Amino acid sequence: MTSLFTILFDGVAYGMLLFVLACGLAVTLGLMNFVNLAHGAFAMAGGYICAVLVNNSGVPFFVALPIAFVASALIGLVMEQSLYKHLYHRSPLDQVLFTIGLVFMSVTAVDYIMGSSQIFIHLPDVLQGQVNLFGIGVGRYRLMIIVICGLLTLGLQLILAKTRFGSRLRAAVDDPRAASGLGINVPQVFALTFAFGSGLAGLGGALGAEVLGLDPYFPLKFMIYFLIVVTVGGSSTITGPFLASLLLGIADVAGKYYVPKLGAFVIYTVMIVILIWKPNGLFGRTAAR
Amino acid sequence: MTAERTVGDLALARARWGWTEIAFWLFAVASIFLFSDRYLILTEMAWLGLFALSLDLILGYAGIVSLGHAAFFGVGAYSAGLLAVHGIIKEPVLALLVAGLAAMVLGFVTSFLVIRGSELSQLMVTLGIALLLRELANKFSNITGGFDGLQGISIDPILGLFAFDLYGKTGYIYCLVVLFVLFLLARRIVNSPFGLSLRAIRNNPLRAAAIGIPVNRRLIAIYTISAFYAGIAGALFTQTTALASLDVFSFERSADLLLVLVIGGTGYLYGGLIGAVVFRILQDVFSSWTPQFWQFWIGLVLVLIVLIGRDRMYRGVLWLPRYLFQLFRKAHAKPAVSDGGAP
Repeated sequence: MTSLFTILFDGVAYGMLLFVLACGLAVTLGLMNFVNLAHGAFAMAGGYICAVLVNNSGVPFFVALPIAFVASALIGLVMEQSLYKHLYHRSPLDQVLFTIGLVFMSVTAVDYIMGSSQIFIHLPDVLQGQVNLFGIGVGRYRLMIIVICGLLTLGLQLILAKTRFGSRLRAAVDDPRAASGLGINVPQVFALTFAFGSGLAGLGGALGAEVLGLDPYFPLKFMIYFLIVVTVGGSSTITGPFLASLLLGIADVAGKYYVPKLGAFVIYTVMIVILIWKPNGLFGRTAAR
Repeated sequence: MTAERTVGDLALARARWGWTEIAFWLFAVASIFLFSDRYLILTEMAWLGLFALSLDLILGYAGIVSLGHAAFFGVGAYSAGLLAVHGIIKEPVLALLVAGLAAMVLGFVTSFLVIRGSELSQLMVTLGIALLLRELANKFSNITGGFDGLQGISIDPILGLFAFDLYGKTGYIYCLVVLFVLFLLARRIVNSPFGLSLRAIRNNPLRAAAIGIPVNRRLIAIYTISAFYAGIAGALFTQTTALASLDVFSFERSADLLLVLVIGGTGYLYGGLIGAVVFRILQDVFSSWTPQFWQFWIGLVLVLIVLIGRDRMYRGVLWLPRYLFQLFRKAHAKPAVSDGGAP
């Protein structure tokens, strides 16, 4: 029972982390049909910025987190305006080539600057050790991940559902042409969303350094996970990727615990099966494109 | 009726051997004698060229985008390795065929998954399959040797006559012969009515279906053939290097392959071969600049190619030869016929 609860808890924390990391990608893919394989590079940027701030400059961890978010969002905005913007109407092959190129460059650049070994962020004492929850010890750090990511998810859901920007975004995702016909500035909506998504990825990278490990190969290692979240969850809602992330997180943790021999095998198989069964994702609507 | 004849004539004219093609292969033969101290890198170019040719068959001719072509390469490599290690088939050429067939079977089975859906789901399914196989090879380390790779691969003389030598001369000639034979086959395939129907599918699947081309069946066929080619390339890799490790399935291999093909250009068979030569030279130059970080420059090349635009790049590169060609042919100029844009 205890182990089951622990697995569930770790899985949820892992899944929530994946959601924060990948939801930006879901929007990019849904909104502009842009295949951004370099999404993990923004997450890595956030993680390394946070690590440098905390380890080298002595900035408190909780101050470094928002800085990582803002910095990655800025990087995202600059990249979108300077490079990505020109590729929205190109073929998926071009987009894939371009973003793979970016991944290779970011991996080796970080390797060159920071070294190839895994980096750990010095955590404040508050976050170390375990806390007693309903008689079961759970890691404080993971609890914090769940709280932060849960709040973020709620916030995102509220923004999407209640604000004017959210309805513009939803309109643009559903039908960019009709949306721009109604006077919505789709490129602007997209630039902002791209930046915000990159920022979230950066925050996820900073939060996840402890759980996922942070090294220069991060964008390559987790690329498939982000893609799984997006393909399984579908890119038309935010609940889809969220549920998919939770499912993936729990399945991955449980799989590694119960059938360590199979490893990631189960997850890849599930992804392929779902893609065959429902090409638009498990929770996606049939997009009219 | 006349239109039909013109189309047929054009197809035939395209299928004829030009002097540039003959020069290309003569140069390939000459390379055996010209660069006798560079056999290892030449061998790499040969199997990489074959591998890129296999991707060209599906990408350039049928318009299927793959991010996981290393799956078939890996299956070919491991098959050849396992056949040699366990002494099941000691003779390299036969082992090569068996390895190719193993990849072909996988290609046939997975083709049903790949041809479904949009380009995006194609990308992910192919990527997923390659990762899946890598994971399998990792988990069944008792068969594949896991991270260390297969140990103790020794390859018998080819056809029982030509032993692999230390300098790699036999290996290179062997790769070159295999490449040439398979190239001839590929050339025959793409110039046949079957190949023409593939191009019709690439340019417009709906219209192709409307004129009676069985789209799905054709795509399955070419995907299977392409897998066979990739498997042979993988087997050549294992036989010439006596290596088969997990990185045959790696994502980087599939990504590099896309770059190889994009450098050379898609849809005319030579793209993969030229791309392989250019890519290996680039890789060599980059690693001599910055040994550990050559991938950075590879990435930069990819980004630049896309930003410049592939079509524009080829036009730039081909401007001089075309200009000379036109001067040469000015007396009886014919209107050029294009078969639509490459994907």
